[in-house]
Amino acid sequence: MQKLLLLGDEAIAQGAIDAGLSGIYAYPGTPSTEIMEYVQASKEARSNNIRALWSANEKTAMESALGMSYAGKRAMVCMKHVGLNVAADAFVNSAITGANGGLIVVAADDPSMHSSQNEQDSRFYAKFSFIPLLEPANQQEAYDMVHYGFDLSEKLRIPVMLRITTRLAHSRTGVVCKAQKEQNEIKLPENLRQFVLLPSIARKQYRELLAKQIPLENEAAQSGYNQFLEGHDKSIGIIACGLAYNYLIENYADHKVPFTVLRIGQYPIPLSMMNRLYEESESILVLEDGYPIIEELLKGMLNKGKTIHGRLDGTVPRDGELNPNIVGIALGMKIEIGVDAPALITNRPPKLCDGCGHNDAFLALNEALDEYGRGRVFSDIGCYTLSALEPLESINSCVDMGASITMAIGAADAGLVPAVAAIGDSTFTHSGITGLLDAVNNNSPVTVLILDNSTTGMTGGQTSSAYGKVEDICRGVGVAEEHIRVLKPLHKFHEENVRILKEELAYQGVSVIIPRRECIQTLNRRMRQKAKAKTMDI
Amino acid sequence: MTKDIILAGVGGQGILSIAACIGMAALEENLHLKQAEVHGMSQRGGAVQSHLRLASTEIASDLIPEGKADLVISVEPMESLRYLPMLKPDGYIVTSMNPFVNIPNYPDMELLLKEIWKQPKYITLDADEIARECGSVKAANMVVLGAASPFLGLSNASLEKAIVAIFGSKGEDVVALNQKAIKAGRDYALAHI
Repeated sequence: MQKLLLLGDEAIAQGAIDAGLSGIYAYPGTPSTEIMEYVQASKEARSNNIRALWSANEKTAMESALGMSYAGKRAMVCMKHVGLNVAADAFVNSAITGANGGLIVVAADDPSMHSSQNEQDSRFYAKFSFIPLLEPANQQEAYDMVHYGFDLSEKLRIPVMLRITTRLAHSRTGVVCKAQKEQNEIKLPENLRQFVLLPSIARKQYRELLAKQIPLENEAAQSGYNQFLEGHDKSIGIIACGLAYNYLIENYADHKVPFTVLRIGQYPIPLSMMNRLYEESESILVLEDGYPIIEELLKGMLNKGKTIHGRLDGTVPRDGELNPNIVGIALGMKIEIGVDAPALITNRPPKLCDGCGHNDAFLALNEALDEYGRGRVFSDIGCYTLSALEPLESINSCVDMGASITMAIGAADAGLVPAVAAIGDSTFTHSGITGLLDAVNNNSPVTVLILDNSTTGMTGGQTSSAYGKVEDICRGVGVAEEHIRVLKPLHKFHEENVRILKEELAYQGVSVIIPRRECIQTLNRRMRQKAKAKTMDI
Repeated sequence: MTKDIILAGVGGQGILSIAACIGMAALEENLHLKQAEVHGMSQRGGAVQSHLRLASTEIASDLIPEGKADLVISVEPMESLRYLPMLKPDGYIVTSMNPFVNIPNYPDMELLLKEIWKQPKYITLDADEIARECGSVKAANMVVLGAASPFLGLSNASLEKAIVAIFGSKGEDVVALNQKAIKAGRDYALAHI
């Protein structure tokens, strides 16, 4: 069997290609982006005609994947954890429609918020939706679980969630691959009303979904992804979910844990296994790389049973990613760390690249806003969010994809005029268009900057759905032609840009200003490729 | 055999190519390997690190436990000190002395070097200058890799093979430059241990 050196994300992608994938749908988001990128770069995927293009947002991606499942083929949809909020309407209801062709939803969580606004745990979504969930402990399991997940999805006609975290997504190791499977043929659902969620049908399907929980639990008991590992010391029974198991065994020589361990990789968790651990052990320690979900369930509201240790009683920190030291301390071990870093070391936060067009756009905006005072710029998710920090300190909000325009509407309604929104081109087509329509319909006095760097920059330069379409979209939504202004954010045009910004800030209606200059990173990459192509010609 | 390595630098400085070379050489020697990388926001000029673990037996955690790293390899002097809590008491620091100043409050260079030289085991080198002598300052990270090579527990032959595998598509010149840079870094380290 072929062994490849793969990131967790790449292992999932290769697993999907090998398991007979027909299409993958996604919107870029750290730490999930590399799954789609791997399929896009894969020659196998191309020769097998696997559909692999970015979607406008996670909801459209989720729905397209569901459509492919309807047609009987295997589909995967990938997103970061907060992307699941965007896709939630489709995701939750997909449990009730069920699947036809295998459907895997990959949610990449980011405990410790390395590149995110929160550390929500996608296991909650799976439980909330009655969708089975797989949580790999390593890259090999991630690969294998894709195969298993597609089979499970088709066997029980239900979408399956694969939940990973940043650490697994962005860690590389050797992965053994299986033989490639053929893709499914088109095959319609046996019941052509399966996907019609009229109340009368939805009620019936919902009861079927509830009834599926027993076979799903049985699957989780038999698949091998949940393991009961008997130990000789019964003073603590340990529940270790996903990656937490690695951190647990890291603390013991030869990885031999003296305690009984229930290793969790598949949900819903079989009650029989949980019960056995509880009965056998004097106390319980729960290790979860995310929210204390199992811990809360086990403890109950009144906490009148055996002692349960974990994040809720402070044995493990309440927030943030786990690591071997945290788990060692939770086990009462003495941890010796290295010497402290010297005090003269300073923080080095990320910042906008040298030569980035956003810099020039915000310098012009700052000057244009001087007469109104600071504190009126609502922004969004992207590289430009870094303009909140020194030296620019231009923006005053970053909440969720698309919130800039709509928050500006509300603030303007409250009397904060002019209110400004600053949103990137890719974020605009992700979730900004509907907000702009609201602004037009309200005739809100807002100035919307669509910072167009012609790519999805923060995640590494993926194709932007907005490319070449921004003005047309704004016109189509109803923004007046004379208030759609395109700028070139360069130092030499600073005075002119400030003047245009001032004109539009003074306008008592919706204006859209589009500072447009290609992302310096994608530009450099394009130039390098061009130079390479040229030398090859010679 | 186990070898736990922290790679440190600033986003965009190319620590992942050092990691790739070590990783490839480790595969050549049939070692187990785990390498936790940093992608996303921090890559925009922020402090970045990668945990690289090599072992002859299965590796559990993707992250190196604090206080257990054998080696900090850094392409930037201040970044080499940031990860001291990760380093074993007898661990080695191998770092370039060339600062990457993209913040207004970068510490005084003299004080910084004094801090590094206070540590029990270190190699500090002017990787940019050595790389220039080899033909291009772009190979500075390979000079640092070379300087770290005596502490990796990997053979020189495996590292050279890794360079061919990774840079082969960029042409013979690039392979030759990187191999020269690795050797120059190694020679410097061996003369200064």
